[in-house]
Amino acid sequence: MTETPASPHPPFPLGRPTGCPFDPASAYAALREEAPLTKVSTPAGVDAWMVSRYDDLRTVLRDRRLSSRLAPSDHVVEDADLDREVDAGSILNLDGAEHTRLRRLLTTEFTVKRIEALRPRIQQIIDVHIDALLASPRPVDLVRDFALPIPSLVICELLGVPYADRDVFQRQSAQLVAVDVPLPEAEAVAAEMQQYMAGLVMAKLEQPADDLLSRLIERANSTERPLSMEELVSIGITLLIAGHETTANMIALSTLVLLRNPDQLKVLQEHPELAPTATEELLRYLSVVQFGVFRQVTEDMELASEQLKAGEFLIAALSAGNRDESVYPAADQVDLSRRASTHLAFGFGPHQCLGQQLARVELQEVFTRLYRRIPTLRLAVPFEEIDFKHNTLVYGVKALPVTWDDPR
Amino acid sequence: MDVTIDQDGCVGAGQCVLAAPGVFDQRDFDGVAFILKEPDPDQHDATRDAALHCPAQAIQLLE
Repeated sequence: MTETPASPHPPFPLGRPTGCPFDPASAYAALREEAPLTKVSTPAGVDAWMVSRYDDLRTVLRDRRLSSRLAPSDHVVEDADLDREVDAGSILNLDGAEHTRLRRLLTTEFTVKRIEALRPRIQQIIDVHIDALLASPRPVDLVRDFALPIPSLVICELLGVPYADRDVFQRQSAQLVAVDVPLPEAEAVAAEMQQYMAGLVMAKLEQPADDLLSRLIERANSTERPLSMEELVSIGITLLIAGHETTANMIALSTLVLLRNPDQLKVLQEHPELAPTATEELLRYLSVVQFGVFRQVTEDMELASEQLKAGEFLIAALSAGNRDESVYPAADQVDLSRRASTHLAFGFGPHQCLGQQLARVELQEVFTRLYRRIPTLRLAVPFEEIDFKHNTLVYGVKALPVTWDDPR
Repeated sequence: MDVTIDQDGCVGAGQCVLAAPGVFDQRDFDGVAFILKEPDPDQHDATRDAALHCPAQAIQLLE
């Protein structure tokens, strides 16, 4: 048996510190200072440049010489296939004009105005779930009974996915964001998901309804290049997964942060009008896309005094940029009054999160309503017993047992 | 203050509409940003924020 020579570069992901589970790797601070562009060795078996400074991250993420051809997360998947072709309709992995074509067909569904119009329905969904929490025996798992069902229901309604099917794709989706699922297994789950979505797209083709998928089909049909079945399935899956994993983890993790910072929680309870500012700060502070995003250099270029060669890989460490002291003083402190809206939690450049306005409204409404209606909300177990998701693309907690006092 | 948008570069993220809602809006049919009106002096800070937030850096300001 021959052994592969070990890479001379430090392994990525850099470990989170043992102290505060909300902090990204403590090594980022020194790297931002001394080696803003540094080589790391990834579980996928490649060496990649890692970018950790805020300004450099904004530069690389909008540089069209860096390709998104690979999945944003391929660097942390041990047996990722880095040679595969980009699937049709894979909006996260397309570059240039091909990407713009799909993005333009979708952006109309996610404009500030369109999402604002959904706010009353989102408020209603949240209130119904708070009512159910208040009526259920304590303690409850806030992940299972609140954080996960809310974004899940919202994206299902928006897309036109029957909510009764949620168990199927919630399980599939959880497996697709895990980084330690072996490739054959991950491919099997992806195939199941494709089969499910293909069935749904067929149903929309036969009987269009007032939902995103039906409108998307119709909109694309009025262009020179209607969307193929493969493209529609891929877009549907991306929106379904993106729509519930990220927001669900933000809701649960943010709640835990606030319970650990009672002074901040009090400010939010007394001033619900601060919810939009608080949302941006929690997005910055938590940076739940914990391993950043992956890019590939397509032509030789210079960045931060280093020579990047075509074919090399690059990791944009979003969480490192969001803790950059030169942009956010006392960056390791959560401060709900901070103006943090320039954060990189949604990425930057042409691939910046398409659903960011939806995520914002969901989070703002949770932060406005949950802690006001259940003011004595607290952890039902010691903090040390909370399990964090270290092996998933989106950081979060596995469960969040909470309880509260009877209303007086 | 003179504001222009490179609409070909716009990625429809809506950050400008959030930062300066009186100055920017998005087209209904494709989400691309456009200028509603030239900013009043009291909207200049918000307009600078919008330019800073734009993920495509598609907003140019001439002051």
